[in-house]
Amino acid sequence: MQNMMLIAKRDLKMYFISPIAYIIIAVFLFLMGWMFFNLLSYYSQSLQQFGAISYGQKPTLSENVIRPLYGNMNVIMLFIVPFITMRLIAEERKDHTVELLLTAPIRSLDVILGKFLSGFALLAIMLSCTLIYPIMLFYLTKPDWGVVLGCYMGLLLVAATYVAVGLFWSARTENQIVAAALSFGTLLFLWLISWAAHRAGPVWSDVLNGFSIVGHYSNFSEGVIDTTDLVFYASAIGFSLFGAKLSFDTSEWG
Amino acid sequence: MIEVRDLIKQYDDRVAVNKISFSVKKGEILGFLGPNGAGKSTTMKILSGFMPASAGSAKINGYDVEKEALQAKASIGYLPENPPVYMAMAVEEYLVFAARLHGVHKTKANTAARDAMDKCGITDVRHRLIGNLSKGYRQRVGLAQAIAHNPPVLILDEPTVGLDPKQIIEIRNLIRSLGGEHTIILSTHILPEVQATCGRVVVIDHGTVVAEDTLDGIAARMQSNVRVTLGLQKNPEDVLAKLQAVQGVTALSKTSKNEGEPFTVHVECAKGFDVRSDLAKICVSADLGLLTLNQEKLSLEDAFVRLITVDENTKEL
Ligand SMILES: Nc1ncnc2c1ncn2[C@@H]1O[C@H](COP(=O)(O)OP(=O)(O)OP(=O)(O)O)[C@@H](O)[C@H]1O
Ligand SMILES: [Mg+2]
Repeated sequence: MQNMMLIAKRDLKMYFISPIAYIIIAVFLFLMGWMFFNLLSYYSQSLQQFGAISYGQKPTLSENVIRPLYGNMNVIMLFIVPFITMRLIAEERKDHTVELLLTAPIRSLDVILGKFLSGFALLAIMLSCTLIYPIMLFYLTKPDWGVVLGCYMGLLLVAATYVAVGLFWSARTENQIVAAALSFGTLLFLWLISWAAHRAGPVWSDVLNGFSIVGHYSNFSEGVIDTTDLVFYASAIGFSLFGAKLSFDTSEWG
Repeated sequence: MIEVRDLIKQYDDRVAVNKISFSVKKGEILGFLGPNGAGKSTTMKILSGFMPASAGSAKINGYDVEKEALQAKASIGYLPENPPVYMAMAVEEYLVFAARLHGVHKTKANTAARDAMDKCGITDVRHRLIGNLSKGYRQRVGLAQAIAHNPPVLILDEPTVGLDPKQIIEIRNLIRSLGGEHTIILSTHILPEVQATCGRVVVIDHGTVVAEDTLDGIAARMQSNVRVTLGLQKNPEDVLAKLQAVQGVTALSKTSKNEGEPFTVHVECAKGFDVRSDLAKICVSADLGLLTLNQEKLSLEDAFVRLITVDENTKEL
């Protein structure tokens, strides 16, 4: 526990010593700001149109701003996380510092969990910067807090899953680019896996949807918390971290 | 304190360590001597718990390095071949982190780091980034990392590599002063290092122990051996067998002839024999034109080279 925190703190600090963290957060916030602005102006435009013709359903804030905003955050995180996680273990292998971790009297699980926490904490910090958007909405109109909360919960779970998958690949190679590419490929595949679902048979369609990272996020974005989704993310995280620990323990170093 | 028994390490295509056994008593400084690729680093990686052995066992401080890995690791300070330093960290920050990883309590880690910096002479660079330090300074940071948590056993893989001569002397003095309280095993391929720091030496080559003795023991055994060098006008090819047959001769080597120089033959002989007159007789009767005949004692350096030269005659000590 103590060792886990020691490693988590050091790795988190490393992100902020180098420009990585600042660049990633800045790029992310720039893109999100741009989206927020556009979604909001499009929404106010359609509200005006609705006021003029009063036909059909009144556009809602949740449907037109909040849900697409956080959905897009999810997509952008998919691109960003491999850059964050690629260095976690691969860099230590390359620089031989992994020898320090492997010969210190600490358990490898502490190392893996510490690394995982550091990556997750960076994403949590990044996501907390986006709290400015719901706060602004709060001053402008009346956002549905359930939906906002659900989106954040979903995003945090998704982020944790991305980090765990990225960490797994970082533990398997000493080449950071390879780790990033394989993480990105795996995550994208888990996104697109449900594409085949509607053509597969009833059983397979359930299985494919069951593995879909986006699929399990959708309930959260409605403000609904379902145990199936929680179980999915928890097991994806656990499975990836276990795999990372195995690679860390058994690969022939050096 | 350190017990190594029949240790074997097999990489995919080669055996790096082949049934090595030795032990180190408490407070002893053991030199692990061998040429490049002998298997020194491999053995140390296994002892440090970095890598499992293929077969055999090793105990540190009474703990098996594989079965009781955490306890064994807690007893060790390890300086690997490449110092395991984080380039983006400052020296002091790194040493505090390393000490904490090795179980030093939060409140004592700062003092531990400061003591280690003091001993290794890096106090004046404590706030600099390790990535900006020279290679020698990085090596010293690595050494400070190994001693910071005051472990009973130190495993140092070529601790003075990359240091300047003055630093080499200081670090050797430091290592000597750490002996007694700490049990130390250090690897090197330079003999003076062993002479300057170690009480006992294990010589390994091609993954096997070729000699194990106190420094004095090895020197005594080897320095009683003598080498006779013959300088000849004519090619001695035909009489080599005769020279070899002289009683007391253990090894023979003919060096290739350069233009305008005499043929030379190095003859080694065992303790207590004087083969000079016998050799001279053979050369004269074969009319080879004996020009010179010198006798010299083997230095420790020669002894080392001899030990690790793959020659059955000389390997048998
Ligand atoms: N990861 C590896 N895979 C395959 N072979 C290896 C590996 N590491 C070392 N070897 C081989 O094992 C043998 C012993 O290497 P080792 O590094 O232990 O030698 P050493 O005595 O430390 O040499 P040096 O003085 O050069 O440091 C060498 O033949 C080396 O090529
Ligand atoms: Mg070596």
